[in-house]
Amino acid sequence: MSQRVKLALLLLLFGTACLAPIFVTNPARQNFLILAIMSAQLGVAWNILGGYAGQVSFGHAAFFGVGAYTSSLMLIQFGVSPWLGMVVGGAAATAFALLVGWPCFRLRGHYFAIATIAVAEIIQVLFTNWQVVGGAVGLTLPIEQEGLKAFVFNTSKLPYYYIALGLLLATLLASWLIKESFLGHYFRAIKDEPEAARSVGINLTGYKLVAIAISSFLTAAGGTLYAQKELFIDPASVMATSLSVKIALVSILGGVGSLLGPILGAAILTGIEEATRQIFGGTGRGTDLILYGLMIIVVAVYYPDGIVGGIRSWRERRFVRRTTAGGKA
Amino acid sequence: MARAAIRAPNYRGGKGVSELLEVRALSKRFGGLLANQEISFAISAAEIVGLIGPNGAGKTTLFNCIAGFYPPSDGSVFLEGAEVTGARPEKMARLGVARTFQLVRTFATMTALENITVATLMREKQLSMARERANAALEFCGLSARAAIPAGSLTVAEQRRLEVARALGLEPKLLLLDEVMAGLNPAEVQEAAALVQKIRARGIACLIVEHVMEGIMPIANRVIVLDYGKKIAEGSPDEVRRDPGVIAAYLGEA
Amino acid sequence: MSLEILLQTLLSGILIGLVYALVAVGLTLIFGVMDIVNFAHGEFLMLGMYASFWMFALFALDPIFTLPLTALMLFALGAAVYQSVIRRIIHASMLAQIFTTFGLMILLRGIAQFLWKPDFRSIDRSLVSGAVRLGALQFGLPQIAAAAGAVLATVVLGWFLNRTRLGAALEATAADREAAQLMGIPAQRMFALAWGIGAACAGIAGALLSTFYPVFPEVGGNFVLIAFVVVALGGFGSVSGAFLAGIVVGVVEVMGGFLIGPQLKLALVLLLYLLVVMVRPQGLLGRA
Repeated sequence: MSQRVKLALLLLLFGTACLAPIFVTNPARQNFLILAIMSAQLGVAWNILGGYAGQVSFGHAAFFGVGAYTSSLMLIQFGVSPWLGMVVGGAAATAFALLVGWPCFRLRGHYFAIATIAVAEIIQVLFTNWQVVGGAVGLTLPIEQEGLKAFVFNTSKLPYYYIALGLLLATLLASWLIKESFLGHYFRAIKDEPEAARSVGINLTGYKLVAIAISSFLTAAGGTLYAQKELFIDPASVMATSLSVKIALVSILGGVGSLLGPILGAAILTGIEEATRQIFGGTGRGTDLILYGLMIIVVAVYYPDGIVGGIRSWRERRFVRRTTAGGKA
Repeated sequence: MARAAIRAPNYRGGKGVSELLEVRALSKRFGGLLANQEISFAISAAEIVGLIGPNGAGKTTLFNCIAGFYPPSDGSVFLEGAEVTGARPEKMARLGVARTFQLVRTFATMTALENITVATLMREKQLSMARERANAALEFCGLSARAAIPAGSLTVAEQRRLEVARALGLEPKLLLLDEVMAGLNPAEVQEAAALVQKIRARGIACLIVEHVMEGIMPIANRVIVLDYGKKIAEGSPDEVRRDPGVIAAYLGEA
Repeated sequence: MSLEILLQTLLSGILIGLVYALVAVGLTLIFGVMDIVNFAHGEFLMLGMYASFWMFALFALDPIFTLPLTALMLFALGAAVYQSVIRRIIHASMLAQIFTTFGLMILLRGIAQFLWKPDFRSIDRSLVSGAVRLGALQFGLPQIAAAAGAVLATVVLGWFLNRTRLGAALEATAADREAAQLMGIPAQRMFALAWGIGAACAGIAGALLSTFYPVFPEVGGNFVLIAFVVVALGGFGSVSGAFLAGIVVGVVEVMGGFLIGPQLKLALVLLLYLLVVMVRPQGLLGRA
């Protein structure tokens, strides 16, 4: 697909997204769209570390939670604007990511994946038992003020939609810039053959830290958005391993390592969540888990590059068939 | 401008140092096993030096010690007079030492051009410039036609050449080639030999581990022979071929 | 802190540690034979617990008696999982393998939640209910029985691996798959066997735990994390290492939980994992 066609599709998608609220007026459906966009944003952010650089993290909820808690605490304790809180939250998550990443990046493969789960669970346990941040009870955000400056919208959820869309775009932009820069090449090299990457001058840990810094910052920003939308956070909602799994799943399903794959994955995942909620009533029944589990297995076994990868290899095979059909070997 | 990228950068041989690489009494121990024992030799610019010996002689271990993949247990390595013993691979790459791998390690999901670009990015972070230099290396190694093919889809011979091109992308002074000719048919062996000679013509020194004698003997300036971790002979290909110790080592293996 | 409390926590830690050891032994066996980390291992334990529970609730059969049946069922399940899913990713990338067993974990958990609802169940009456007094110290009989059962199972497994031909074939496949194949040992069958035994170990541990631990769909989650810590500490692939490490982790968990607070127990154990893999990646008895 040429760059021009891709760009046209992208603009079409963006245009549709901007105009969608005009046609989708049901608040529940609007909420569904917001959730899908937020999932996509988190997926794209995860993908920078997990998809591009190949460092699979099942603990990204820790960054999400750090972002949510930082901005919320700054708001509640010091009245700091959530917008500033978003930036500070991002910085806090990045600092945490660098601190934790530096020793952990020595680990490869499953050791690293388990370590990410371990770190995120430790953080969740700490926050659950730390009264200063509300412990297990959590934090409730003030809703006295409304409007853009306060980052609270009560009468209509629509502004959240556009903010989420904006955040997604910003995250996509970051992802795209990385992909088209030397960082993109370096990350892929680290993912494919770490030892060979060293032999061409790449400091593995250094660049992995760059990836996790960017990824954690963007994930934390998503956390602040969540906090301001739900106006309540607790360790179970913003730091749980199940959330980390969903974030990773968005990219795994859509296409690890592709720019737009996570968006596809988020659409499908959120759609399934909604569908199971409607059909089976409530997510306590485990039906969404069954579907997720089956999807992950099918994707991992047959389409390890996700749906996008599946499309790509289908087109490659068509290309090969076409070019060899002429008779020349 | 693009062609200039393949030439070895100005070789700073000062202070009476005539060697590019000097290995002094290098030893490497793995637990109880002495893989390299007090090996010493030197390489100058624009030389092809073959490193041969029976299986298990310690050739790849020596390579890995020079290239920085593990530090020697004893002895030292000097590059242009400066000590680089135990320097990590990333640093050695920056200092001008490039290597290929015995079991091909191309970046499988990246195209041939992208593989080389990763290397050229070391000295030139601007992607467009790095791509130009990568294209030059691609052309130099005769792989231009395969530029857009994912490395994983290339033949073994092409992947070997791609590794060489990638190594050249670092603009090295010294190139360490680990069995580039293994498993190739005679025509491919001759192509590989010709490529190495082209590299030497650009002023780059090549240290080649090889088993394929028809490939390395005709082109090497000098040959070093290892057996059981020790250097048992060094000299021109003819001298080494006639050395009784070398003959015994190879016959003993057969 | 008095000597009695010290002894109490130490021995309690050893008791639960032996159960952890059994769980970890199954996990490390799978890894040793085929280099795959089974993220779904905790779900085998969970299913073992449910099997015990339902045989008790529906047929009034004591978990101690149904234990062999549970072991067999989980063995069959493990082998079946291998045949249907794992077999296809033997040669896949590590990423694909991680995702597959992770997906399996989520799938099994979802099935449990769907079939039996998220409620907590427990077995209130069993042959081994009650407590035992040793001077000032007190231990639950179920915990002692569980530890004893775990030791027995591990000893039987050890005997199987070291003294039988099939066990030797398994060890050979773990040490060098290709060499073993060249000697006529069918790798596929060894893999299925490893998965069967691994699942059975987790299932037996689950059956033993069901006499005193609550049964619910997510119960596997905590145990699998602890199992990872044990396997890492003991050395990925080392059965004896897993046994030793299980005891250590159990003691650290109980004593640490007593000193710092029970809510932070898990964090302590996970911290131990991070320390081990970074300072001594090959664990206590593992190969580098």
